[in-house]
Amino acid sequence: MRQDLLKTLRGVFTMKTMISARLTLLLLAVVLVVSACGGGGGNTETGGTSGGNTETTTTPNNGEAKTDPPKPVELLNVSYDPTRELYVEFNEAFAKHWKEETGQTVTINQSHGGSGKQGRSVIDGLKADVVTLALGYDIDAITEPGLIEPDWQSQFENNSSPYTSTIVFLVRSGNPKGIKDWDDLIKPDVEVITPNPKTSGGARWNYLAAWGYALKHNNNDEAKAEEFVSALFKNVPVLDSGARGSTTTFVERKIGDVLLAWENEALLSLDEFGEGEFEIVTPSLSILAEPPVAIVDKVVDDRGTREVAEAYLQYLYTEEGQDIAGKHYYRPTLPAIAEKYKDQYEQIELLTINDDFGGWQTAQEKHFSDGGTFDKIYIPGS
Amino acid sequence: MKGSKRKSRRVLPGFGLSMGFTIFYLGLLVLIPLSAVFIKTSGLSWGEFWETVTAPRVLASYKISFLTAFFAALVNLVFGLLVAWVLVRYQFPGKRLVDSLVDLPFALPTAVAGIALTAIYAPNGWIGKFLEPLGIKVAFSPIGITIALIFIGLPFVVRTVQPVLQDLEKDTEEAAAMLGAYRARTFRSVILPELIPPLLTGFAMAFARGIGEYGSVVFISGNMPMKTEIAPLLIMTKLEQYDYMGATAIAAVMLVLSFLLLLLINYLQWRAGRRVIAE
Amino acid sequence: MAGVVTAHLSRDPELRPRHRNEPRWVQWLLIGLALLFMLLIVALPLVSIFIEAFKRGVDVYVASITESDALSALRLTLLAAVISVPINTLFGIAAAWAISKFRFRGKQFLVTLIDLPFAVSPVIAGLIFVLLFGAQGFFGPWLDDRNIQIIFALPGIVLATAFVTFPFVARELIPLMQAQGPHEEEAAVTLGAKGWQIFWRVTLPNIKWGLLYGMILCNARAMGEFGAVSVVSGHIRGQTNTLPLHVEILYNEYQFSASFAVASLLVLLAVFTLIMKSFIEWKSHRETAKEAH
Repeated sequence: MRQDLLKTLRGVFTMKTMISARLTLLLLAVVLVVSACGGGGGNTETGGTSGGNTETTTTPNNGEAKTDPPKPVELLNVSYDPTRELYVEFNEAFAKHWKEETGQTVTINQSHGGSGKQGRSVIDGLKADVVTLALGYDIDAITEPGLIEPDWQSQFENNSSPYTSTIVFLVRSGNPKGIKDWDDLIKPDVEVITPNPKTSGGARWNYLAAWGYALKHNNNDEAKAEEFVSALFKNVPVLDSGARGSTTTFVERKIGDVLLAWENEALLSLDEFGEGEFEIVTPSLSILAEPPVAIVDKVVDDRGTREVAEAYLQYLYTEEGQDIAGKHYYRPTLPAIAEKYKDQYEQIELLTINDDFGGWQTAQEKHFSDGGTFDKIYIPGS
Repeated sequence: MKGSKRKSRRVLPGFGLSMGFTIFYLGLLVLIPLSAVFIKTSGLSWGEFWETVTAPRVLASYKISFLTAFFAALVNLVFGLLVAWVLVRYQFPGKRLVDSLVDLPFALPTAVAGIALTAIYAPNGWIGKFLEPLGIKVAFSPIGITIALIFIGLPFVVRTVQPVLQDLEKDTEEAAAMLGAYRARTFRSVILPELIPPLLTGFAMAFARGIGEYGSVVFISGNMPMKTEIAPLLIMTKLEQYDYMGATAIAAVMLVLSFLLLLLINYLQWRAGRRVIAE
Repeated sequence: MAGVVTAHLSRDPELRPRHRNEPRWVQWLLIGLALLFMLLIVALPLVSIFIEAFKRGVDVYVASITESDALSALRLTLLAAVISVPINTLFGIAAAWAISKFRFRGKQFLVTLIDLPFAVSPVIAGLIFVLLFGAQGFFGPWLDDRNIQIIFALPGIVLATAFVTFPFVARELIPLMQAQGPHEEEAAVTLGAKGWQIFWRVTLPNIKWGLLYGMILCNARAMGEFGAVSVVSGHIRGQTNTLPLHVEILYNEYQFSASFAVASLLVLLAVFTLIMKSFIEWKSHRETAKEAH
């Protein structure tokens, strides 16, 4: 099929065919037919088994199936921006493991983007077998149309968060503005770079960490906390839509004195852009960022991929999976592996979303929905 | 003229087929999909709709989109005319190259244009670093948005003015010169009136295109709410917050505005066409 | 919008007696201003793309554009263009025939509707197809029952591309055919020619350059579309990424050189398109010149 298309394509670019009008029309007909087939082909590819009882369709590793190698299977992992490198390596490791275990070949496709955008795509019909997003709120959103069971957070260990991270500061070499902690960020001559909490998951963690710090240092006075984050965002000259955009602004465009970033992104930046140029500053208090994972129940049941999808996510919790997470600067949750990487991170006091902010639904409603505390920073009186 | 056209309805075949296919395809690809926006929006009550589309942040984004698109179109009006003028009337080395460069913004993916422009106009970029000491901030300010929109809109003004200027070259101006008019007067009283309709069209097209532009702007704008946040970005933002209603409400407003703008363009053209015939 | 895509031939200026030209210094001032403007707005971004692309050397450049994800993105981009351009061409011919050869009520309105996709924000262009075919959309459940995937697959990308490039061929042909009028076709009818015969023998030879030019612009825009496709693509590496989306992805992976290398590939496609355009202009100009003699 592709061969044919490429041929037609070449045809389109040759002048002769273009000039000969009859041929052009013939070409149109061919392309129309081909495109119709192409559409059909795409369906079978992504659709898998259609309707019926899908539970029994694939049982790759039990019983008599051992003689024949099981059919290759594909998974789609829809994830957020900073996990690209992590999952490239992890997918390879899992595919190898799965092949050894079951003899089945598994190909894992990746899709990355802003966490909210990715969540929306899954809701709108992107056939993800698993989602690995920046925050639980985005997975909660996917439970609403019934694609994921509401109790997803109890399906895997540690609130379904196989690795964690936190929010730290990245400053320019030598820390010229002397930034040590959150209250240095509201000094009038400091420029802060962070993505937009409305569109970026990472930025929501940034915002909540700042809010938590302000509450703690002002005897839980919410009005003071509001003042604090407001002063902080007054120092933000550029609000990119995602974490990666902010890092580029800070690193490549050389704008701002401090970047609020995922710890893993900050450590990666040191790798990518040279250790001499930047330094990491760890504040006295931050937030435990738990990027969660979940099976998209409806999709895996339709496609009959539940078993391999579960094994995939489960593998994140194994020693090898945890080791890869640690290598990519996430904080492993498995004690043995966490010990191995402990020098990579500073030990800091961490707030948690459930204990300190009442869970994502509450936090989202209060801070990031239209008219929440974040909007008030820019529109006084709303 | 009128008579022959009326007659042609009977004489020429294919009206049913061509009109049928036109309406069918237009309906299928454009009208039905666009109506989805309005159907979705109708799920909101009038009060909710009004509240969504007149929220301060939304109003600010319309204002930014319209103002930057307007200024960009204005700059293109002046410099587009200049480029067209130079290309039609003068000889200089590299003229063909410049002529084909005019079309480039049209073919270049907007995201690529956005990234490249940001790299150049950022405070550490080739041009940005000379402007920074002067206190001029281009990238991450409304000026940056305007520059991206100038880039996007340039071909429209040049390519509408160019053919008209070419025609003028031959007849009108010659006559004026023969009558002994001075150059400045030739321009003011002979060339300019003829150029006004295409200039208006080019301006309106660059303007219409600029209001909706997304890809090139998000990289250079800085996306600050109330300051450099454009309306299409706000639609994206709403979508990413799972607020479909809000997104479609803003989209509906933008759709109506662009439709009205287009009607105006076509009306202007139709009038210009009639004037030519009347003469 | 008419006229934007009308063939514009940059011919040499007619030779004018010197005294009727602007003074030399005015000419050079204007040329200088125009060139400066073009340099700042168009040429520099273009140059910067190539400089960035080759910053890490030719090897990185070649590696980035021959990497398998880049190739599959290229294939998808070309495929989307190859499907949407011919359909829009058919539509353009039909619309131009109906509008230019017949009189009917509401013609101006119809023309405005044809222009509409041009003024619709690309974001909205993507959104409408999500509203229609997304899992939560109007046809979502029906499609899902039949396991038909439109959004986040090839059909969605083609739809978005076709929408964005919808007016180009029509807008090129309408003014051209309107200027030509229905006389030649009418003459053919009186000589006894039948419907399609008229089209192949009379109309098509008259419009072939304009048609080709419209198709080329349509194609250029189809390959470069970013906003609308970004909304409906799903960003699956190696599967639903078009070239412009691949540029963005590489950029977000801090692979700046690779990102600009792929971008330069798109520039080259655009340049190739523009060269075709110049060739067509030159050829059609030569033909008109020949006819004039």
